[in-house]
Amino acid sequence: MTDVLCLEVKDIHKSFPGVKALDGVNLQLGIGEVHALVGENGAGKSTLMKCLFGIEQPSSGEIFIDGSKISIKNSKEAMEHGIAMIHQELHPIPHMTVGENIWLGRYPTVKFPFLVDHQTLYQETKKLFESLNIDIDPKKKVFELSVSQVQMLEIAKAVSSKAKIIFMDEPTSSLTDNEVIHLFNIIKKLKNFGVSIVYVSHKMEEIKEICDKITILRDGKYIGQWNTEDLSIEEIIANMVGRKLDNRFPEKTYTPSPEVIMEVKNFTSLLPNSFKGINFELKKGEILGVGGLVGAQRTELMESIFGLRPVEGEVFIHGKKTSLRSPIEAKIAKIALLTEDRRTSGIVGCLPVTNNILLASYPKFAKFNYITNQAQNNGIAQEYVKKLNIKTASIQTAIGTLSGGNQQKALIARWLLTEPDILILDEPTRGIDVGAKFEVYQLIYELASAGKAIIMISSEMPELIGISDRIMVMSNGYLSGILNPEEFQQEKIMSLATEFL
Amino acid sequence: MNKAATNKFYTIFQNGGIYLVLLLLVISIGLIKPSFLTLPNLLNILRISSVRAIIALGVGCILITRGTDLSSGRIVGLTACIAASLMQNADYADKMFPNLPLLPLIMPFIAVLAVGTFIGMMNGLIITTFKIPPFIATLGMMIIVYGLASIYTDAKPIGGLRQDFIGLGTGSTLSIPNLILFAGGIVFIIWFLLDKTILGKYIYAIGGNPTATLVSGININFTLIKTYAIAGALYGLAGLLLAARTGGATNNYANMYELDAIAACTIGGVSTTGGIGRVSGIITGVLIFEVLSNGLVILGVSPYLQQIIKGVIIIVAIAFDMRKNKA
Repeated sequence: MTDVLCLEVKDIHKSFPGVKALDGVNLQLGIGEVHALVGENGAGKSTLMKCLFGIEQPSSGEIFIDGSKISIKNSKEAMEHGIAMIHQELHPIPHMTVGENIWLGRYPTVKFPFLVDHQTLYQETKKLFESLNIDIDPKKKVFELSVSQVQMLEIAKAVSSKAKIIFMDEPTSSLTDNEVIHLFNIIKKLKNFGVSIVYVSHKMEEIKEICDKITILRDGKYIGQWNTEDLSIEEIIANMVGRKLDNRFPEKTYTPSPEVIMEVKNFTSLLPNSFKGINFELKKGEILGVGGLVGAQRTELMESIFGLRPVEGEVFIHGKKTSLRSPIEAKIAKIALLTEDRRTSGIVGCLPVTNNILLASYPKFAKFNYITNQAQNNGIAQEYVKKLNIKTASIQTAIGTLSGGNQQKALIARWLLTEPDILILDEPTRGIDVGAKFEVYQLIYELASAGKAIIMISSEMPELIGISDRIMVMSNGYLSGILNPEEFQQEKIMSLATEFL
Repeated sequence: MNKAATNKFYTIFQNGGIYLVLLLLVISIGLIKPSFLTLPNLLNILRISSVRAIIALGVGCILITRGTDLSSGRIVGLTACIAASLMQNADYADKMFPNLPLLPLIMPFIAVLAVGTFIGMMNGLIITTFKIPPFIATLGMMIIVYGLASIYTDAKPIGGLRQDFIGLGTGSTLSIPNLILFAGGIVFIIWFLLDKTILGKYIYAIGGNPTATLVSGININFTLIKTYAIAGALYGLAGLLLAARTGGATNNYANMYELDAIAACTIGGVSTTGGIGRVSGIITGVLIFEVLSNGLVILGVSPYLQQIIKGVIIIVAIAFDMRKNKA
């Protein structure tokens, strides 16, 4: 290993409306080095990668490759600079062969520049695979490959395009133990070729095993860079979470009742690689926080309770076994779900605020269960706009034009109108600004003190600790623990969150 | 044009521009050929538009849900044949059902509404049960229904229709052509449905964001089946009126009407990606097409050139529609 840097990032800043995603981040990557990049969800890892791959433009800061300053405007330029990325979700073209995928966009040709030379293509693929110890038939169609093989393909593709720097984002998240060993062997080969790797992962043991250096980010800030052997796993975690809580949260003035409102028993997803054997209780007037890392299957669990995903297991509501096979049944059982992704599964962007607020409860306000009363609907919408302080030009404004926080409040209004007993909030404050966050917290408190039971998935540790009455932590599809307030410590949550990785 | 000006022009075009286009079209054709602007000619245009409008309203509801219906034209053709076959003169030589007694006028209505609703419901069931894209499902249905119509009629034209039945399509009530009255009734019903009923709210919501609608605990499949069934009923009525207006029917009736209907809806501001569209827009879209057809004939434009003009208009309209989605 040498001291020459193949990539250096100096003091990168990047702001989104209301959020400082990167606040002076540095990264120093040596040639042939495997460099871990760690941080909690939202620490800025993804944003940093996007900046280096040209998907986002940093607001300020410098990027050097092999000592010369460059700017990266798009992913094509990133690739020309030798930067490649192996994503969490890989997207090769399923109905083309392995070889065709690897050389996509730069096919070898014969005689004419438009005639693909298939013979050379497959020979070159074979040679490439042999050099990397990959055993896949280049003529296989991609959809026949396993997840691990698709990943190998992507790595080989990066190598074939002369990449010098490869970003791997949670590369082992869906691999078996043997596949991980194989991946690590390939990483070692890449090191020998002089390829540098930025390894993004939450799995501390793997980081200790394969990485030479480690850079830690927290809340968009650069915490530091260490030799991996100089830090213990506990020290890494402490550096990841070590921030102080300030009072960004309203004061709590009530205590939850001991009455159990919902009981989930032996919940196991019928989909592959999802959650298994989940049991928990939810009490009246309680805010149950749900913590865990990306991929912990929290959203999947909650969407299964809401009837959006196939699942086996039982749910008891008020002690009565209840069937929840669709959102229609869940709504009848007085459950509400505020989904994680506002745009894809929350708002109907082209419709007015009124229609969005009333969407889940039209029949309740309709004559003969069929004919709606526009004046009455407008009145209801107006009332909630006022009550939740939704900032909109009018209730006839298309909701898609509102800010994230106001869209979120309108969606909460949608569910409040159904008068639920149980509200499941999936990342309710994601992507909304601090002021709106405070209002959402206040709303959650009000609901809890009115006796509603609330489940809140959150990837923000301070929010979990600040808001919850109990915290349930999930790890890789398992429930790794439920904490009471006296056990609310970031280190404790983080170690539970990584327990089953 | 700079960006702000383009946007302004485009907003005007979106919010009411099509009404302006229709008005300009009528005025400019009228200036060149005053005979175009006579009351009989204008009433004739409305009369001919009536059947088209009823079909377009059915197709429009489906387009708003992000669906499409290619079977509409063929369903109109089949139901035209069914209505005609029930309404032949008792003494007509080539009668399809020689022993058919004299049926009351309500019978063909019941028959076409039942058949249309049933086929529409099948469309909805196929799309929701097998998750087949509406384009493919209704393409299949279009071919099936043409086959049914050909078998039903033995591919022979059905003529000799009863005068009272033909009167439904050609006569007037209080000096307003019956066809316009029928179309007016349907316009009101569909406006009420889309604007005032829960079904209407769900149709827009599904088109705007199906996932969000599902998560809101709404039965999407049932809503879609209802929508396709209602559209089917409208096609049935359109078939009956078409047979009555023309005094006959063949298995080839209403061929390609489905594409005209989709085109009229798109011109009328129904978004091809769902969630957006109004009854007034759809009707204006239909009228623009009929005014254009009628006007170009009066102006003596060759029928082939007419086709080219219509095609260009459709493409321009969709280009504007795509910009709407980007904004």
